[in-house]
Formats: sequence, structure tokens, C-alpha cells
Amino acid sequence: MADPNTVDPIHQFAITDIVSFGDTGFAFTNSALFMVLTIGLILGYLLISTAGKRLVPGRAQVVSEMLYEFVANMVRSSAGSEGMKFFPFVFALFMFVLVANLFGMFPFFFTVTSHIVITFALAMLVILTVLVYGFLRNGPKFLKLFVPAGVPGYVLPIVVPIEVVSFLSRPISLSVRLFANILAGHITLKVFAGFVVTMGALGWLGFLGASLPLIMTIALTALEFLVAVLQAYVFAVLTSMYLNDAIHPSH
Amino acid sequence: MEAEAAKFIGAGIAAVGMAGAAIGVGNIFGSFLQGALRNPSASQSQFGNLIFGFAVTEALGIFSFLIALLLLFAV
Repeated sequence: MADPNTVDPIHQFAITDIVSFGDTGFAFTNSALFMVLTIGLILGYLLISTAGKRLVPGRAQVVSEMLYEFVANMVRSSAGSEGMKFFPFVFALFMFVLVANLFGMFPFFFTVTSHIVITFALAMLVILTVLVYGFLRNGPKFLKLFVPAGVPGYVLPIVVPIEVVSFLSRPISLSVRLFANILAGHITLKVFAGFVVTMGALGWLGFLGASLPLIMTIALTALEFLVAVLQAYVFAVLTSMYLNDAIHPSH
Repeated sequence: MEAEAAKFIGAGIAAVGMAGAAIGVGNIFGSFLQGALRNPSASQSQFGNLIFGFAVTEALGIFSFLIALLLLFAV
């Protein structure tokens, strides 16, 4: 693992302690540092860009307003106007995942969302919100979520278990989708970058060959930027769809 | 069989799962183009759905790709 001559694409995900608090096992890690940086960037940008609110917005304010409008339209279209009470929640999740993903694209930066413990915590936050709010708002009627309307009675013994399993697998699919996309993307980038190095070490013929994986690496970097934005969007859309289930449980 | 060999064979088998995602993604874009060419004026409004379907389908291919990579490098 520590051999410098082999390509080790997993190394970039190693969590290291920056400040450790004695033998307690608690430590301020690079993961925590980048979470703080992510939150700091979001808060700083949104606060500064909207500090001097103007009727005719400047460049920074336009970006903030576009982000707001984008998420607001998304929540409104999938969870209805009543879902707008969850707008701050969805906006915070979207911004956190988006900025964390984009932060990860910088060289030597740690990608917070490439660890399943982070994404699973976010997904459980969403699912628990759906469960708690769904039962608080609808009471036992929330269980109608598992009994689709208009289905004949004799099919229900098959449909209800399927609905229950699909509900239970939501936090897993939500978290694994984000984590696996980011992890696999970053590993692929490192693997192709490793091809460039190993082929380039072969001399001038290797230089010619190495240009192919180099072009591939550039294309993959562009794809990874797309994936970073897309996965944040998908996470937020699915969150608002699940919140819609809590608000309107009968299909 | 050596464990090292089994690892590589397992990674190869896991990568086969990406074929399913390839079919799915091709299907999504093909169907979108079919619909969009029939009614080009409505295609802009469905672009979000296209990207959403692409991301959800592509994630499944990423899963098997991830398993292959983990077998190769992490196990």
C-alpha cells in the first residue's frame, strides 16, 4: 500500500487526523475540515452576496437568486406548495452536496461525499424527516403510502410487501448512489492518470501512447464535473419526492 | 484457486453489470430522441426528466463498476 512505485487510487480517500484530542478517539479530521470549509463557503457566499440587497441585482446576487429559484421550483413541482415549508431543508442539503462534490474536484482536496458514512447520515436525515413528519401530519393514514389506491384487493398481498421493501431501501439507494458515483469517478480519474505515468515512463513511444489516457483524463474530468452537479440535483429531487410522500401519502 | 486470481475474475464478472446500465442509458436517450423528433417544441420541457433518468440509470452501472474497482484495489 505504501509502495510509491505502484498506483494507489484509494489513497486519496484516507482520513487523517489534523488535531486529535488525546486518547479519546475523537479527532478533527481532514473530512471534518472540508465539511467546515464547505459550510463556510456556502454561508459566506450567500451572506455576502445578499448583504446589500438591490432591486437590480449584481452578479453575485444573481447567482444566489438563481440557486434559490432553482431549488424552489424543484421543491414546488415535486412536493407542491405545501412542501415549501421544507425548502430550507432541501436547499441546505442541495448546497452542501453540490459544494462538497465540486470541492472534491480540486487536486489534493478531500471529497467529503465519497464516504458512505456522510451520505448515509444525510439520507437517514431525509428518511427520518419523512417518517416523523408523515406520522405527525397524517397519523395512521400515513400507512396508506404502502397501499396504492385503485389496486384490486387480491393483488394487495403482493403489492404491499413490495412497497414496504421499496420504502426501506430508499435510504440505502439514496446514499449509495451519491457515494458510489463520487467514489467511482475519483478512482477512475486516478486510474487513468496512473496509465499516463506508467506509459510515459517507457520512453518516446510511451509518450505517444500516454497521450491517449491523458485525453481520456481530461474528458473524464469534464464528466466528473457534470456528475458532481447532477448527483446533487438528483439527491435534492429525490429528497423532495420523498417529502411529497410524507405530505400526500395516498398515491 | 489462488485468492489473487479469484479477485481478478470477480472484478471481471462485476464489470459485466455495466452492460445493463449501458442498455438502460441508451434506451433513455434513444426514447428521448424519438419523442423529441416527433414533437420538438415539447422536448425542452422534458430535458430535466432526461437528465434525471440518465443519472438514476447510470448510478446502477456505477455500482457494479465500483464493486469491480473495490475488488481490484481495496480488497
